Formats: sequence, structure tokens, C-alpha cells
Amino acid sequence: MRRLTDAHPPEPGRRTYLDGVRAAAPIGVAAFAFGVSFGVLARAAGMGQVAPVVMSLTTFAGSAQFAVVSILGAGGGVATAIVAAVLLNLRYGPIGLSAATALEGSWWRRALTAQLVVDESWAIAQRDDGRLDRHLLVGAGLLLLVCWTTGTVVGAFAGDLVADPTSLGLDAAFPALFLALLWSQVGERSRLLAALGGAAIALVLMPFTGAGIPIVAASLACLVGARRSR
Amino acid sequence: MSAVWISVVVVGLATIAIKAAGPLLLARRTPPPRAQAALEHLAPALLAALVVTQAVGGDNGGFTVDARLAGLAAGAAALLLRAPLLVVICAAAVTAALVRLVG
Repeated sequence: MRRLTDAHPPEPGRRTYLDGVRAAAPIGVAAFAFGVSFGVLARAAGMGQVAPVVMSLTTFAGSAQFAVVSILGAGGGVATAIVAAVLLNLRYGPIGLSAATALEGSWWRRALTAQLVVDESWAIAQRDDGRLDRHLLVGAGLLLLVCWTTGTVVGAFAGDLVADPTSLGLDAAFPALFLALLWSQVGERSRLLAALGGAAIALVLMPFTGAGIPIVAASLACLVGARRSR
Repeated sequence: MSAVWISVVVVGLATIAIKAAGPLLLARRTPPPRAQAALEHLAPALLAALVVTQAVGGDNGGFTVDARLAGLAAGAAALLLRAPLLVVICAAAVTAALVRLVG
């Protein structure tokens, strides 16, 4: 079940920032295309041209940004938009916890590096032992930040130069990426159980809660690890 | 400040704080073994939840079954054939695009 992807070499030797950039390149294309579409939609929703770019640089989380655009664009209130976006980004609490042991240096350096954590860079930086490779994380995160923000600039200032990313099937690239990286992790029985538990929790909650909550709740499945380590 | 800028600033600051919280809380501290073992199981749990929500999640919660699911199936097939990551991602995207083209 292991050794399937470029992101996971057979031996977890020393990886460089460039390895992270390379591993993230294919998903960077999708991030760029969705960045363009975010810029276009944000401008059409009356957010102007600069605000969407600032948002891509600071928030740097696609689903929350699209939520803000669609709520403000539909005439929804500021509070509604903020709450929806924060709920969507709450998953970065548990994701940040899992990344914590990989980060080094002073508190501000750790906090700064943590800003490069997005679903995709975090996924790409996974090692088979359940820990994170900081070089892969930083390389992948920087590339994705550049792709996402550049895409937003193009969309906000130049308009729709790129075809609709969903018509290119690029929205399907994301679950495939996560599945591929999950695949190399579930060789061990307890990790497989955590994955099945996480998927089950998400599936059960999705019809009842707003987007965002199912992923946060799914992190509870990691407790099978604590139980089984006794 | 306009509604747009309030949203951009508040969401930006909140996201920065959420992302920094974990690494700051666990700064230079090695968690006890059982907590560490749980942390090492966070990744598969969260990755699996991301697969599910990204493949069949709707815009406002709930489920939406569309071409993404066909794309994911193609990606899974590529994984079973031991294809590299790039091929897995491309197989998913091309399949979803074709399904949308036909449907």
C-alpha cells in the first residue's frame, strides 16, 4: 500500500524545499485556476480588486474565501460571512496541532511558518509515520500561496482569462490528492481505523451541520491512536 | 470601513490566529506518549474527512453527487495501478471533465 506517490519516496530521507515545490506543482495548477475564479467572482460580488488579493494573501484558504464572496454577493450580512468563514477554517485548529511538532524556532517563526499550512501543503508534507516534513510543508505552502494569489490577481484585474476550473474537472483534483496521500498512510491498522472513523464522522454530520464542522469533528477519530498505544 | 474590508480583515486575523494556535500551544513541548500517538493519527482522520467533503460536499453543507465522484473513482483506480501522484490527479480531473462534457 505504500510507496505509491512521488510525494512519498520509499525512504523518508532528507527532503528539501524544492521537493515540496515539485510535489505541489500539479495541485498548484488547480490552485491557480481556482484563484482566478475567486478573483472574478469576488469582483463581480462587489469586493473590488484589491480586497480579494489581500484576502488571498492573508486568509489563504479557498473554501472560506469562496464562502465570504457568495454570502456578501448574495446580500448577506458581514457577521454571517465572517461566521461561515471562521467555521470553515476551524479545521486548521486540529491540522495545526498535527503540524506543530514539525515546526522549529522562535514563537514568531513557528506562527509564521504555520501560515503556510493549507489542506494541500499539509497533506503533501505527510510522512508515512504520521509526522510532518517541514521542508515539504514550506516548499509546497509557498508555491500554493504564489499560485493562489497570482490567480486572484489575474482574476480580479484581468477577468476570466482561464476556463471555468470545474469544466476542466479541477475540483476533482483535490479529493484525488487527499486520497492519494491518505493511501500511503493507512498501511498500519490503527491509522486505517482512524481514517475510516474520520470519514464516517464526516459523512454522518454533513447533512446536519454547516460546512466545516464535519472535518473538525472527524479529528476526534485520532483518539483510536491513543487507545491502541497502551 | 466597508462591509467588504471588515470581512477581509476579521476573517484574515481569525484564520491567522487559528493556524498559529496549535504550533504555539505545543511549542517546545513533547506531548505525553498517548497524546503523541493520537496526534499521529490526526492526519489519516482529517485526510479521510477531506476526501469525503471534497468529493461529495455541497456548497451549503449536505451532499452533492456530481462528476467529482467519478473523478475520485478514476483517481482511486490509478492508485490501485500504482500510478504516481501526478497521474492520479490528472486521471481524476480528466475523468470529471469528460463526465461534465458528456452529461
